[in-house]
Amino acid sequence: MMAQTPTILEKRQLSENVFCLRVSAPLIARERKAGQFILLSIDGEFGERIPLTIADADAEAGSITLIFQRVGMTTAKLASLNVGDTLAVLVGPLGQPTHIENVGTVVCVGGGIGVAPLYPIVQALKAAGNYVVTIIGARNKELMILEDEMRAQSDELIVCTDDGSYGRKALVTQPLKEVCERAEKPALAVAIGPPIMMKFCAETTRPYAVHTVVSLNTIMVDGTGMCGGCRVTVGGESKFVCVDGPEFDGHQVDFDGMMKRLQAYRNQERQAMTDHENHACNLDQAYRAATETK
Amino acid sequence: MSHPTRDELNARAVAKLAEIGDAGASLKPKERMAIPSQDMPAQDPDVRRNNTSEVATGYTEAQALLEAQRCLRCKNQPCVQGCPVAINIRDFVTAIADGDFQSAVNTIKQTSLLPAICGRVCPQETQCQAECTLGKSLKDPMQSVAIGRLERFVADWERERGTISVPEVKPATGKKVGVIGSGPAGLVVAADVRREGHEVTVFEAFHKFGGVMLYGIPEFRLPKEIVRREVETLKAMGVNLVPNFVVGRTRKLMDLLEKDGFDALFVGTGAGLPNFMNIEGENLVGVFSANEYLTRANLMRAYEKGRAATPIAHSRKVAVLGGGNVAMDAARTALRLGAEEVHLIYRRTEKEMPARVEEVEHAKEEGVQFHMLQNAKRILGDEHGLVTSIECLRYELGEPDASGRRRPVEVKGSEFEFEVDTVIVAIGNTSNPLIKQTTPGLETTKWGTLVADDNGQTTIPRVFAGGDIVLGAATVILAMGQGRRAAASINQLLAGE
Ligand SMILES: Cc1cc2nc3c(=O)[nH]c(=O)nc-3n(C[C@H](O)[C@H](O)[C@H](O)COP(=O)(O)OP(=O)(O)OC[C@H]3O[C@@H](n4cnc5c(N)ncnc54)[C@H](O)[C@@H]3O)c2cc1C
Ligand SMILES: Cc1cc2nc3c(=O)[nH]c(=O)nc-3n(C[C@H](O)[C@H](O)[C@H](O)COP(=O)(O)OP(=O)(O)OC[C@H]3O[C@@H](n4cnc5c(N)ncnc54)[C@H](O)[C@@H]3O)c2cc1C
Ligand code: SF4
Ligand code: SF4
Ligand code: FES
Repeated sequence: MMAQTPTILEKRQLSENVFCLRVSAPLIARERKAGQFILLSIDGEFGERIPLTIADADAEAGSITLIFQRVGMTTAKLASLNVGDTLAVLVGPLGQPTHIENVGTVVCVGGGIGVAPLYPIVQALKAAGNYVVTIIGARNKELMILEDEMRAQSDELIVCTDDGSYGRKALVTQPLKEVCERAEKPALAVAIGPPIMMKFCAETTRPYAVHTVVSLNTIMVDGTGMCGGCRVTVGGESKFVCVDGPEFDGHQVDFDGMMKRLQAYRNQERQAMTDHENHACNLDQAYRAATETK
Repeated sequence: MSHPTRDELNARAVAKLAEIGDAGASLKPKERMAIPSQDMPAQDPDVRRNNTSEVATGYTEAQALLEAQRCLRCKNQPCVQGCPVAINIRDFVTAIADGDFQSAVNTIKQTSLLPAICGRVCPQETQCQAECTLGKSLKDPMQSVAIGRLERFVADWERERGTISVPEVKPATGKKVGVIGSGPAGLVVAADVRREGHEVTVFEAFHKFGGVMLYGIPEFRLPKEIVRREVETLKAMGVNLVPNFVVGRTRKLMDLLEKDGFDALFVGTGAGLPNFMNIEGENLVGVFSANEYLTRANLMRAYEKGRAATPIAHSRKVAVLGGGNVAMDAARTALRLGAEEVHLIYRRTEKEMPARVEEVEHAKEEGVQFHMLQNAKRILGDEHGLVTSIECLRYELGEPDASGRRRPVEVKGSEFEFEVDTVIVAIGNTSNPLIKQTTPGLETTKWGTLVADDNGQTTIPRVFAGGDIVLGAATVILAMGQGRRAAASINQLLAGE
């Protein structure tokens, strides 16, 4: 029952700014379900707490897998850790698990780093017997992650890049529209990625009345419903992403409001980044890359 | 307002004590009533609004001795009825007057486990001091015996001398009790149950222990060191403390009972979800719940600007909505984080404000601007979604409502707007639904608080509850009182097995 210090067991770099960590966390690995996330902090005293989706878990080995993009100070520090290093805070699994059911055909759309949180959902939907069409997109070939894993779990996989350097040259919304137009219309769409991508995915499916689930990546502090920092407007009501979500009906979400809130701390974060001692390591560029898409 | 320094206050008390000399024990009520009430020494407002050190620095020994002489030693002790845990006030105050501080602490600790904390944060003027004969005779509850300050004085005296002893723990019983949440309710349950020899594990969602005492109430009102010491005492008693563990998520409540071998559980998860006003503009950037603002400042130490990674708004003009302790804390924290102007907006009058009187005074001295009988109507922002101003309405007091307070009614057409870049909403909390959502059979009231009887028994056998999760947002001392009763029920339950 005693919580053990979470330790990094494995580290991989998936692309220039995307990293994959396997961390020991037996209690979280045992309880977690698709769609749930953890909060972590590297330094318990002064560190920021950031949410990351549990991309995969191995209950037997007592470990969970996190896949994250280096976008700011905390993710940059996380990327600089190595096997054997420990995390001061790792708490979870948080959030409502994805509702998994056999509905027939589902279309799962992942953009950029959103492919990572999408992966356990694809896995679970497939295991429940659905016919899974997966669409993954990235700005270019170098940024594409988890392609093989996704292929293994999907009945169809469509890969696209913004610049055409790999797969189809398209934004994910294009193949999504085509899938919606098929004779066998999907019963469910799941879209995870940058807010702007989720917004346009929801707009794409709306005319076809395909129920669309999105996973929101708001700013969080406690993750237990105490602070309200993660609130978004859904269907005209304020919802707390950490306890009511992270998944919501994409046709109801006020994405514009959410995108503005995500910028809330931008200036301070930029300052924190400049102050951060490791800022030699390409961070500014990472920062610009991360924000350009929005 | 003039502000005598601690030295001046002390010198006056020393002189007065010398006047009384050996006659202390035989003073007549009239003579006791004539002793001036002792002001709390405090940091100068202009200095303290730029630091996070404790504002009230505590009575000096002479002040404590003198203040204790003011107590009329009433036979019927009405003050005790005002204290939620019925501390034997007359006896402890008399012990202070006699200079026997250890015996004063011992008397307090028979009923209260956290005197250094309650002495600081209890709303004394509405509890023990509201009933005090002295205050009634002088027709001013603020002239009552300063029971809370005396309580704080002896608790600090003991801690500073390092004579706090670790309570004795009875031989192991082999029974296991889980405590969920490490606020005041949870901490006292852990202590009381552990003393009976049961194995106790405290599960806390955050990475530090102490609940709201740590992440809500700011350092300048309750130094974290005091909370830390209470936690250290529990550790020394052999209580297991597990951080980063969200019951309901990391493990279901019923799994703890049915699979992990716990014989009883106490739920002390506190109030949760902050209320918002549901007005236009509330999701703009720069609008915070007080919980978020204070958590970032306290727990994640955002005020240590060079060191903390947690971002916090660098606000120039702040509006705080609300009139309770939480609102005062948010307003004063904003000042300390560098705001130029802090406006506190409350829809009733100062008389109705639920905050402690001392905090209201301190907030005013520090420069928080009070706007009574006003309320926010909407928050306005620019094209980036950043807060630019707030529109308020004026109110007037109408007929008394169910709570007996005159209900504020809006004055039609009285809208006015002023410039702010940050709005902090501090209008209360509703209960955190996490445990309820994940525990079938655990019943709640229509307000979302857990149903529990006088012994803290919930609707599930072996599961007890207390504190804000049962009371709604309440106080430290009430949470502690409920914790003690629940602990007694748990001990009784386990003793019978
Ligand atoms: C439920 C949930 C699950 C998430 N899962 C993952 C995941 O599996 N992998 C992953 O890489 N990220 C995930 N995120 C996003 C991740 O939490 C943020 O990238 C992280 O907090 C950034 O921290 P930082 O200190 O490195 O960057 P910061 O310094 O905080 O921010 C740097 C830049 O990133 C932007 N930013 C900050 N927070 C977010 C955010 N939440 N979403 C998008 N942009 C943001 C800022 O505006 C800024 O431009 C998730 C978020 C949520 C709420
Ligand atoms: C800013 C502020 C100022 C205040 N000022 C005063 C004052 O001056 N005087 C006064 O008497 N009172 C004051 N109060 C109220 C007082 O702090 C509370 O009434 C008291 O702390 C309640 O104690 P509790 O033990 O019920 O819960 P809390 O102190 O709320 O502690 C609950 C703990 O449970 C943890 N938790 C929650 N859910 C879970 C879970 N699922 N699993 C594990 N852990 C969980 C939380 O993280 C928290 O640490 C103030 C409150 C605030 C917010
Ligand atoms: S615990 Fe609070 S109410 Fe009781 S005597 Fe002390 S200050 Fe007064
Ligand atoms: S009511 Fe006041 S004067 Fe009387 S015993 Fe209590 S503290 Fe002393
Ligand atoms: S993160 Fe604090 S309420 Fe959701």
